[in-house]
Amino acid sequence: MTTTGTTWETVIGLEVHVELGTETKLFCSCPNRFGEEPNTNICPVCLGLPGSLPVLNARAVEYAARIGMALHCTVQPSRFHRKNYFYPDMPKDYQISQYDVPIDADGWLELPGGTRVGIERAHLEEDTGKTSHLGGGGRIHDADHSLVDYNRAGVPLVEIVSRPDLRSADDARAYVDELRGILVAAGVSDGKMEEGSLRVDANVSVRPAGSERYGTRCEIKNMNSLRSLGRAIDYEAARQVRLLEEGGTVTQETRHWNEDEGRTSSMRSKEEAFDYRYFPEPDLVPLRPDPAWLDDIRASLPPMPADVRRKVAEAAGTAPDVDAVITVVRLGLDPYVDAAVDAGADGNLAVRRLANEVAADAASVGNLAPAAFVDLLHMESAGELTTAQAREVLKELLASGGDPATIAAARGFEALGEDALAAALDQVIADNADAWARFVGGEDKLQGLFIGRLKGATGGKADLAAAAALLRARRAAGT
Amino acid sequence: MAVMADRITAGDVAHVARLARLQLTDDELDRYTGQLAAVLDHARDIEALDLAGVPPTAHPLPRENVLREDVARPGIDRAEVLAAAPSVEGDRFRVPRILGEAP
Amino acid sequence: MTTTAVETAAAVRSGERPALEVLDEHLARIGEQDSELHAFLAVTGDAARDAAARVDAAVAAGLDPGPLAGVPIALKDNLCTRGVATTCGSRILEGWLPPYDATVVSRLAAAGAVFVGKTNLDEFAMGSSTENSAFGPTRNPVDRSRVPGGSSGGSAAAVAAGFAPLALGSDTGGSIRQPAALCGVVGAKPTYGLVSRYGLIAFASSLDQIGPFATTVADAALLLDVIAGHDPADSTSLATNPPRAGAALDRGVDGLRIGLVSELASAEGLDPQVVARTREAADALAGAGAKVEEVSVPAAVYGLTAYYLIAPAEASSNLARYDGVRYGQREAGADITEMYLRTRSAGFGAEVKRRIMLGTYALSAGYYDAYYGKAQKVRTLIVRDFEAAYQRFDALLAPTAPGGAFPLGSKTADPLLMYLNDVCTIPSNLAGHPAISVPFGVDDAGLPLGVQVLAPALGETVMFQVAAALEAAR
Ligand SMILES: [Mg+2]
Ligand SMILES: [Zn+2]
Repeated sequence: MTTTGTTWETVIGLEVHVELGTETKLFCSCPNRFGEEPNTNICPVCLGLPGSLPVLNARAVEYAARIGMALHCTVQPSRFHRKNYFYPDMPKDYQISQYDVPIDADGWLELPGGTRVGIERAHLEEDTGKTSHLGGGGRIHDADHSLVDYNRAGVPLVEIVSRPDLRSADDARAYVDELRGILVAAGVSDGKMEEGSLRVDANVSVRPAGSERYGTRCEIKNMNSLRSLGRAIDYEAARQVRLLEEGGTVTQETRHWNEDEGRTSSMRSKEEAFDYRYFPEPDLVPLRPDPAWLDDIRASLPPMPADVRRKVAEAAGTAPDVDAVITVVRLGLDPYVDAAVDAGADGNLAVRRLANEVAADAASVGNLAPAAFVDLLHMESAGELTTAQAREVLKELLASGGDPATIAAARGFEALGEDALAAALDQVIADNADAWARFVGGEDKLQGLFIGRLKGATGGKADLAAAAALLRARRAAGT
Repeated sequence: MAVMADRITAGDVAHVARLARLQLTDDELDRYTGQLAAVLDHARDIEALDLAGVPPTAHPLPRENVLREDVARPGIDRAEVLAAAPSVEGDRFRVPRILGEAP
Repeated sequence: MTTTAVETAAAVRSGERPALEVLDEHLARIGEQDSELHAFLAVTGDAARDAAARVDAAVAAGLDPGPLAGVPIALKDNLCTRGVATTCGSRILEGWLPPYDATVVSRLAAAGAVFVGKTNLDEFAMGSSTENSAFGPTRNPVDRSRVPGGSSGGSAAAVAAGFAPLALGSDTGGSIRQPAALCGVVGAKPTYGLVSRYGLIAFASSLDQIGPFATTVADAALLLDVIAGHDPADSTSLATNPPRAGAALDRGVDGLRIGLVSELASAEGLDPQVVARTREAADALAGAGAKVEEVSVPAAVYGLTAYYLIAPAEASSNLARYDGVRYGQREAGADITEMYLRTRSAGFGAEVKRRIMLGTYALSAGYYDAYYGKAQKVRTLIVRDFEAAYQRFDALLAPTAPGGAFPLGSKTADPLLMYLNDVCTIPSNLAGHPAISVPFGVDDAGLPLGVQVLAPALGETVMFQVAAALEAAR
């Protein structure tokens, strides 16, 4: 972006908090469940009662290790610290979090286009409770008082910190989208941004293009969709550029994204200095994952989206970053491609049908049996169904299941084989002898007439591609 | 190795009191500043020690990997917990208005 | 003098004496004397009678109520007891009823013990005289114008006064051993991790241990053997088989190698009579066949400094949760920060505030390395020096407190002077090693003095063995 001749580059690093899909909380045996009655999933530990002590959830450690492996990190010995600050959603007034030695360090994530984004670290920590602000329209500053629910307090989080390798809002969205796919594939989270399972903070700075030094960054919080992430980054980058071009400086601070107003604003009053006074959590012991256990976890990891995209692209005969491939993998439709390839069906056709008709009704994909999908592909490739008919049958399969031959028959989409098509065309030629003579003589525009008549004569059952090929052959033969 | 600070000042004490959410009167601030300075002066006896290369001991006994199974168990009764709270509204803990977002 | 816990449990188990009768005798003594001594913050007579009646019913039904059958026991009021007020000696927790029992409390109940009440303590166990209790001090049963020591002064006084043959305390820097010495009873701090801390209201998590008070070494061993052992609710609980404290009480010390810790036996500020009694204890053990020599543990002299940086640092964090939101007292405020400030300023006493600020300072930006970080390295030196000593010795000997019980109010004005009480007890907490204080003689004023036996981690068996020999020799 430029307004005064300087070209500015936006530099973005993301911190993503992922809620792990464990049965229980990070340090106690309370259920880890979303959307329950307030203060029902609580115990002395997650309520921070005097005398209570944390005990680490083995599954949360496993999930953190899975995340590390999926992001090509080193999964290393680690320990927990206390991060001290007062806030009513935090029962102990400190958060147990990994500080100097996180479980996962130094990895990368590859965007569909091939760009690698560095992962600085990913660490385990506990979530806070939920505060609701009453009076003043629910906004914190205008509220009369607040109410606290500790059901979420102590839910396991992994905080994934990227390096400042992203350069645009599009990049940032692609990163989060890819990360979400990885987390779901790794089986550690449902990745639902709207339910708060995935929370994204963005560190944004700008610098003149070509500059080696980073500008002063601001941390943007409170984006709860990919769309607001993109808007917030664009707004914030523009704000910083404007500030710098007017001769001002950017202050390092945390800023709050307001979705309704479409802008970021400074989050806290100046006088409140934060000093977290980190120190090793004395109630927990260090974590040194057994290498054999880690090997087992690694072996159990399913393929990640980038691997799946490569496989799907190969089946389709395209590059892995084409939209259809990305869509198929994002929606988890790749098993249908596998089924098609295994059955010798047309992989490219499979990807197109999945990225279009199936993607348009992805919620109904449960009705579509892979075998039925494969049969449909075969029928279409063999010319037993026209493209239009195949689409219609597929819609029906998504809506109510069943098998394609039955649906096609019920709709009267009987097979129109090559012989039947040829016979129909001969009849059309005979009925339109004059036009045919002119067509053979070079009047190309008459092709439409013949195709149209053929369509009418076959009740729409003619495969148009096959019909066109046949028409060309007859014309060349001059009959 | 970091060296100990100059004598702790009333300003330092006021700062840590604020961090720890303690409110001090001027008299208390004076008295605590003197007392903390005396304790920290005594603590200078370790300044002379050569601690280069000595690892810190965060915990007296070396244990690792203490983990529990991810199996849910019932917690405690909400009514009993809320009954012990200074202020509740509905089924939640009530607090006065909060002036800033969580860090 | 009352009967011992060992004798009482045997008599109750065999049906010779009803637990109710034992209890009533103790409750009567409490009723007569505790209004003056103030060892208890709460006496739970009704619940105790129910518990004693259950013990008697079990005996009548031919069942074994357990190794502590019918033995009255007092609990320091920083141990969570379900439905029984647990204050930690602080206004901020006044009236709080824990919804759960500490692990040690469950273990004692399962062993047939009868809880008579919650004992007084320095607020949040911070102190050496029990004068920091928000609910008034406890007096020393030996001389009521003097302190019982602290922070577990109520438990020490309760046992010394015969209110209960046993009590539990907690020891972060000497809070069991020092009051035991000042009240003339036995008090032990076990190996860190031997006894579960679940339900012990934290002061300094890496130092806190629960331990027994008793009138005899054998009673203390009996109690420790009941409460020791792995607890999955405490990540720092040791998973190994616990050593048996009572395994070698009558074995004597013939052939044992015992080191008298030079730096502690001649520490600055010790009452000369403390030095004398400690040397007499060494002689007594030598007379009983032990090989006794002086040994140097050089880093021990830095223990006090390391402790007064580490313990307040951990405490500053452990005590953050007392914020008026979920439990305990609240003072109203216009916004949350004002509520926090008012609640904590009104709820905590001066010593607790002092340590919270000291600890906050030691952890704060720019000072961590110089204070907390350095203290943790000193801790390493102390562990190393003890380990070197235990290459040559089975157990070590040291004074417990610098002097006998001091008059109420005599040290309250000078925190540093009060802190010096812990100079001989702190090193064991920093190292995580066990130590026991055994009464050994008196000073000129007739006040009891104590001598400590120190042992390496999980060395409880030999530690109690030596302690029993000292007890026999006094
Ligand atoms: Mg975080
Ligand atoms: Zn819980």
